[in-house]
Amino acid sequence: MEDAPQATALSPPETWLDGHGDDLFRYAYLRLGDRSEAEDLVQDTLLAALAASHRFTGRSSERTWLIGILKHKLADHWRRRAWSAPLAPPTDPDSPETDDLLETLFAVEGGDHWRMAPTAWPDPDAALEQKEFWRILTDCIAQLPPRQARAFCLRELDGLESEEMCKVLGAAPTNVWVLLHRARLRLGQCLEHRWFGRETGR
Amino acid sequence: MLTCKEVSLLVSQSLDRRLSWRERLGVRLHLLMCEACTRFALQMRFLRTAMRRVRNDTSPADTRLSLQARERIAQALQRGR
Repeated sequence: MEDAPQATALSPPETWLDGHGDDLFRYAYLRLGDRSEAEDLVQDTLLAALAASHRFTGRSSERTWLIGILKHKLADHWRRRAWSAPLAPPTDPDSPETDDLLETLFAVEGGDHWRMAPTAWPDPDAALEQKEFWRILTDCIAQLPPRQARAFCLRELDGLESEEMCKVLGAAPTNVWVLLHRARLRLGQCLEHRWFGRETGR
Repeated sequence: MLTCKEVSLLVSQSLDRRLSWRERLGVRLHLLMCEACTRFALQMRFLRTAMRRVRNDTSPADTRLSLQARERIAQALQRGR
């Protein structure tokens, strides 16, 4: 942990792309699932950093500061996605009250058993070695309803504990856990269909 | 007895908080008798493992800027100064 006696200065902006570009891109891409969206976010972040460089206090590292700007832009992105639906659809997957995912997956009439039982995934560890799997997983995450995507990334990529998540999301613990549950159910479905091949019997 | 829907929620929550002993017992009893939920629990454990690999950057995912993107951004930064 850095605890310099005096504030450290920023390195010259010309070096930011080389020094931090890949890390910023990685951070954005894992959450957005789209390379060109992530590239745009990196560009926006570095431009914003340029404009705000006089506000860098040196209390955090340069990397932390840049990631902080990127996080704000990501939060904006998720917020815009959540509000960009022109009409609230009858089933809004970002609203637990109207998201019918649970009704789709579990048969109320049968005592809330699975309508279609989750399958046994063949050789899941082998999937972890394959680039294509990661592309699909990243895409599945990006396809989640915005609030679920954000919650899932905060938990699984940023490693936030429940208490911090409640603060960041402005939600009660039960709501956070419901968001995560729905995200995980959706990801399970997504991976089952797109990688572990329920339909194609791969 | 817990339903599959309830157990799926508890299995998910077990990844985020400590379950009470009563909750853990309820889940365990259900899993003993329910193949579907057992598979779901395994899927969730796998998902957690996968995400950990991403976090630790030990996955083969290509997460670096392409050369073209780098150049494009570099130019945009030049213009922005």
